[in-house]
Amino acid sequence: MSVAINKSKCIGCGRCTEACPGNLLWIGEDRKAYIKDVRDCWGCTSCIKECPVSAIDFFLGADIGGRGSVMTVRKDGQFNDWEIVKPDGEKKTIIVDSKSSNRY
Amino acid sequence: MSEKKTSEDFTIEKIDTDILVIGGGTAGCYAAEYIGENSGYRVVVAEKADIKRSGCLAAGVNALNAYISGGHTPKDYVEYARKDAEGIVRDDLLLTIAEKVNAVTRDLEKKGLVILKDRDGNHVTRGWRNVKINGENIKPLLAENVYSQKNVRVINHINITDLKYQKKDQSSHGGQKAKASEDKSGDLRNGKITGAFGFSIRERKFYEINARAVLVATGGAAGLYRPNNPGFSRHKMWYPPFNTGAGYAMGIRAGAEMTTLENRFVALRCKDTIAPTGTIAQGVGAKQLNSKGEIYETKYGITTPERIYGTVEEKRAGRGPCYLKTEGISKEAEEDLYKAYLNMAPSQTLKWIESGKGPSEENVEIEGTEPYVVGGHTAGGYWVDTERRTTLNGLYAAGDVAGGAPQKYVTGALAEGEIAAKTIIADLDKNTGSRPVGEFTEDTGIRSNGDLTETENSSVPEIADGDVFFKYKKHFTEAETPLTCEQAEEAMQKIMDEYAGGIATDYRYNETGLDIASTRIADLVKLSDTLKADDIYDLLKIYELKDRLTVCLALIAHMKARKETRWHIFGENADHPEKDEKYSCYVNSVLRDGKIQVLYRSLVKDTPESLNRR
Repeated sequence: MSVAINKSKCIGCGRCTEACPGNLLWIGEDRKAYIKDVRDCWGCTSCIKECPVSAIDFFLGADIGGRGSVMTVRKDGQFNDWEIVKPDGEKKTIIVDSKSSNRY
Repeated sequence: MSEKKTSEDFTIEKIDTDILVIGGGTAGCYAAEYIGENSGYRVVVAEKADIKRSGCLAAGVNALNAYISGGHTPKDYVEYARKDAEGIVRDDLLLTIAEKVNAVTRDLEKKGLVILKDRDGNHVTRGWRNVKINGENIKPLLAENVYSQKNVRVINHINITDLKYQKKDQSSHGGQKAKASEDKSGDLRNGKITGAFGFSIRERKFYEINARAVLVATGGAAGLYRPNNPGFSRHKMWYPPFNTGAGYAMGIRAGAEMTTLENRFVALRCKDTIAPTGTIAQGVGAKQLNSKGEIYETKYGITTPERIYGTVEEKRAGRGPCYLKTEGISKEAEEDLYKAYLNMAPSQTLKWIESGKGPSEENVEIEGTEPYVVGGHTAGGYWVDTERRTTLNGLYAAGDVAGGAPQKYVTGALAEGEIAAKTIIADLDKNTGSRPVGEFTEDTGIRSNGDLTETENSSVPEIADGDVFFKYKKHFTEAETPLTCEQAEEAMQKIMDEYAGGIATDYRYNETGLDIASTRIADLVKLSDTLKADDIYDLLKIYELKDRLTVCLALIAHMKARKETRWHIFGENADHPEKDEKYSCYVNSVLRDGKIQVLYRSLVKDTPESLNRR
């Protein structure tokens, strides 16, 4: 599991490079973010929460069951809108209210 | 503050402050905030990543696991933790934590943490030790309160490698100009910690930070053992792969006393994603099930090590894979689980959605993780007094690096951060620094049985032997080896896995294997000095490896010294498979003369009288 940066969407703001707890994200010479080594990502999603343009996709490696779906999250006021897109284009959005506690 | 050029392109920034906090995690942030709120002392928080999203709470957390309710008392919490750890805990430390966990929970709530409440406004608890929260934003909340303190300076993206020390009647050592000390014993009992050295992970800059007090509040150690998913998803582990045990390592190298490292932690997790299982097991009441469809948890017990032990044993008997029985839970519960995992371990939700089968339709497969050293869950870490002073003058410890107090979790780390902060303020007010170690051991009631009884022949590099910055630069200039840091890290994980009780051996180890591990890790220590760095990120990886190797050597010495099996999984000593009352004591260690030396200390037990006196 790791993240993939969508270069066409990335605006090079560097917020993800600040947020990554592993110092894995850097800004390249093309002024776009890149990940040092895709295998080093912990999967905390800090970067995708910071990204203002949803340019970072979260995915599972094939070794842990990944089949090509990607996940992003968008902040919408007090809500986090998590969107999962499957390889066939099927979408699922899960909205989590940050003002409401986990039930479990 | 001054800057000067060291060579072509490295600068040195020298910083003077009153208090240096190493590690801006749960304990470090809370300590910095407390000092900011309650004193005029200048604080520097040195953080390897960014305090907003660093460390083990980066993804969030879905419950506060140390909170006392239902008519229970702090003493009950101490008893629960002591029983869970088969007696090898510090009652005195646990009590100071248990007395504070509810107060820090209320404080977090005041700061904006969402806690589940019933219609009457009371916290909804899971059992009597736990409240349910929305903890996705817990780290940003803690960080925000640090940034609001005007006497606190946060330096993000800086890796601290070595403590700076001053021996008695000597000037400071370890700096750019300091020469190697004649005395190589690493024995600082009469000296003082006066700051730390590190380097920037953003630019070619070294730091020398001078402080009157240093609080080490870094995380525990992950990545010592070969992980569950050693390939592409090698970093999909329980604890952050970026927590390398740096705080232990710098203390060990400086000669600080460590305790109970052999009480390793292994978590029971959802297979592959290594996401938490407690949310399912306790949250929806899912039982542990083997491949024959039998519920096996009743056979082994339900403490964390028992749950893993049962899973390992069932697999050994050919009854794996093992699961948590979630089939048949309601669709509503399933949706709630999706949300709960998005707030702490998002990969699990993605896995459920991606596979097309949620937990209501398919049981969740489980496995044990590789072992970790982490003082917030088990008891390994710095030997401290109840005020969180370490055995080195001027050095304090809180959170995952502080030993003796397992099951402290988030609220316990906050409590320790606050306790350490109070102590530092009081010590600086008195202008005394902390106390010498001799006095400290008597005060905590430990009988002076701290004779070094066993010696390990493993060689650990000592603190700041000469010039720390020179050592950094050597990796850019002189290093010459075809081997890479990544190879050395994989070698370390393989050695620990195969010879020091990793997943490969179902967590079992014996003395022969530990000796092999010790020798081979010591070889890697030598190799690590020759590794080449092309950029500052490479230097970070090399120092992370060095820290892990130091922790491995100390851990092996501790495992070897406890000649019994006190805890399933956490310490399965195949040479001594039974519990032995002779070992109802702490295994502690210090680095002397380049060797990890073990000492045994008697249990600190608070009598009911002494508990009541507090």
